[in-house]
Amino acid sequence: MLSTGLSEIKRHLRTHRLPHIWCPGCGNGIITQAFLRAVEALCLDPDKTVIVSGIGCSSRVVEYLDFDTVHTAHGRAIPLATGIKIVSPQLTVVVLAGDGDIAAIGGNHFIHAARRNIDLTVIIFDNFTYGMTGGQYSPLTPKGERTATSPAGSVESPFDICELAKGAGATFIARSTTWHAFDLVHLISRGIDHHGFSVIDVIAGCHINYGKRNQRETAVKMLRWQKEHGVPIDIFRQLPEKEKKDLFPIGIIHSSSRPEYTDAYTKVARSGLNE
Amino acid sequence: MNNDNIQLMQGNRACAEAALAAGMRFFAGYPITPSSEIADFLSSALPAVGGNFIQMEDEIASMGAIIGASLTGIKTMTATSGPGFTLMQELIGFAALCEIPCVIVNVQRGGPSTGLPTSPAQADVMQCKWGSHGDYPMVVLSPSSVRETFDLTIHAFNIAEELRTPVILLSDEIVGHLYERIRIPDISNLSLIDRKRPTKPPPGRYEIYHTSEPDGIPCIPDIGTGFHCHITGLIHGKDGFPTRDPDKVRDLLKRLHGKIDSRKRRICLMEKREMEDARIVLCSFGATARSCFQVVREGRLEGLKIGGINLKTLWPFPDFVFQELPKSVETVVVCEMNQGQVAGLVRQATGNRLKVVGINKCSGTIITPGEIRSAIDRPI
Ligand SMILES: Cc1ncc(C[n+]2csc(CCOP(=O)(O)OP(=O)(O)O)c2C)c(N)n1
Repeated sequence: MLSTGLSEIKRHLRTHRLPHIWCPGCGNGIITQAFLRAVEALCLDPDKTVIVSGIGCSSRVVEYLDFDTVHTAHGRAIPLATGIKIVSPQLTVVVLAGDGDIAAIGGNHFIHAARRNIDLTVIIFDNFTYGMTGGQYSPLTPKGERTATSPAGSVESPFDICELAKGAGATFIARSTTWHAFDLVHLISRGIDHHGFSVIDVIAGCHINYGKRNQRETAVKMLRWQKEHGVPIDIFRQLPEKEKKDLFPIGIIHSSSRPEYTDAYTKVARSGLNE
Repeated sequence: MNNDNIQLMQGNRACAEAALAAGMRFFAGYPITPSSEIADFLSSALPAVGGNFIQMEDEIASMGAIIGASLTGIKTMTATSGPGFTLMQELIGFAALCEIPCVIVNVQRGGPSTGLPTSPAQADVMQCKWGSHGDYPMVVLSPSSVRETFDLTIHAFNIAEELRTPVILLSDEIVGHLYERIRIPDISNLSLIDRKRPTKPPPGRYEIYHTSEPDGIPCIPDIGTGFHCHITGLIHGKDGFPTRDPDKVRDLLKRLHGKIDSRKRRICLMEKREMEDARIVLCSFGATARSCFQVVREGRLEGLKIGGINLKTLWPFPDFVFQELPKSVETVVVCEMNQGQVAGLVRQATGNRLKVVGINKCSGTIITPGEIRSAIDRPI
């Protein structure tokens, strides 16, 4: 899959909609590229793949992708994707959105979709902030980090979105970063391929609105920070607790299997076959 | 052969039965009194016809799910009451802008806030039109009986499909919970409308919001059929992509309103009684229209020159009805369980030419025929 050439992924871009709105050095392009490499690796039919997003810099991605795309309201990508998937289970439905979109305003939808284990893949463009509105703190901003609305450092504890997804019932959960771009392709492919609710949390850099307030004012510094703080899950688990501080595990965080929502509905509601 | 099917049926049930008859195959909702019977019934009726029912985590999600499902070409519906209807406003605006057909049932209860969960009111008339931000048109139908609930639900789906717009069925606690003996029309004879859609992607780029007339209805493909369309809540051009070009912005907003306004006479349904030489006209909608018609019936027996209008379509507001009243009419009395929401619209429609009087009751109880009669017997 790493051999996929740029020309192969370029055919999935609406090049007439470029240039994109993202700042130079933004991590969103790396995630977009990884997603399209995964589409190629899985040989997804572009006519049967629907991409749904919310509102934010990252959610604008759908405008550039040559599939059926739905740019919904802030936080509402998952409910719309749920409606699409329920009536058209043959479609591959992917949600692309920011950490604010998924974890704050869309947080309730996120945990309920996980609980249902509906076959959606949610890729979180996790830049720790509300990029589009100027860099305010999000539910995934690490404690103590400075943002436009936490000038002295955030006093709130962030969600561990992967643990939240696990607790809520998601059956495939992975984390990566824009530095670990090749692993990311593999993890996104695994997530889309998984039959059930999949979450891929991608740590991405917003040096313009976030990094500048936290001594990571360049794209290079953002990437270096990701490289130094993301630790493969197997190694992470062996670390003594106090060394885990500030680090985060990357790789497949959780993978399990239980009945997927639309399958279960067909079986139980349509045929009355309770398990 | 007589296909008549006579049943004792509840208003909410008639709504659900009509939705199925109209071809609705996806319902998403969240329980709330006094609308819950609709969801309860559809949870078993939909899978039985190959459809889908889901109880979402809230009304925002319910509205999102019916929009998503509708984008694939399925007829969809949700049902709620005041507090849930408030939560739906965000995505009702999205459906109006993106021209996504769907039907939203609001069985009104007393408000504001949690209000009077089991008591009737008719105070959401303005919210139906202005509930979401920005200027957008809305089609709102209001049944006053169980049979009307059936018929207007069919009408709601037909308008939603034909005009590609969300349609609100604005019922109330009385009509929703009323049991009446109704004749269910032969389903095979119903005239049903399906949205127009292109079948095959043409070579080149397809403009999903293209229309040949300025008040036309676009022929938007179902997602999953190979068109690769882009749907966005940002103001968009004919190609569906965001734009801030002033001409394109203006054209889209004008067309959205124009597609409803230019078809107003066809969308607006009403029942008029005893209007020929009427000096007083009782105007109402929903449950209170029943009280008005009783007063008209009894008044006429006593020789009063009184007529009545039951507005079955509240938005677009049928102002032409009040501009075309018989010359004999001196006073319009608007009866409604709110502070005068429709009365204000009637005043606007009539200018200063007629006296418009409101009979308003906001106590969680219906306006009785006796109350209307004693109000009009006083010099007004
Ligand atoms: C209901 C609502 N509230 C607030 C906003 C304003 N808003 C636009 S984008 C955004 C946050 C985006 O943050 P995130 O989802 O993390 O995406 P990013 O821009 O960082 O990619 C907000 C709050 C909105 N559009 N809608």
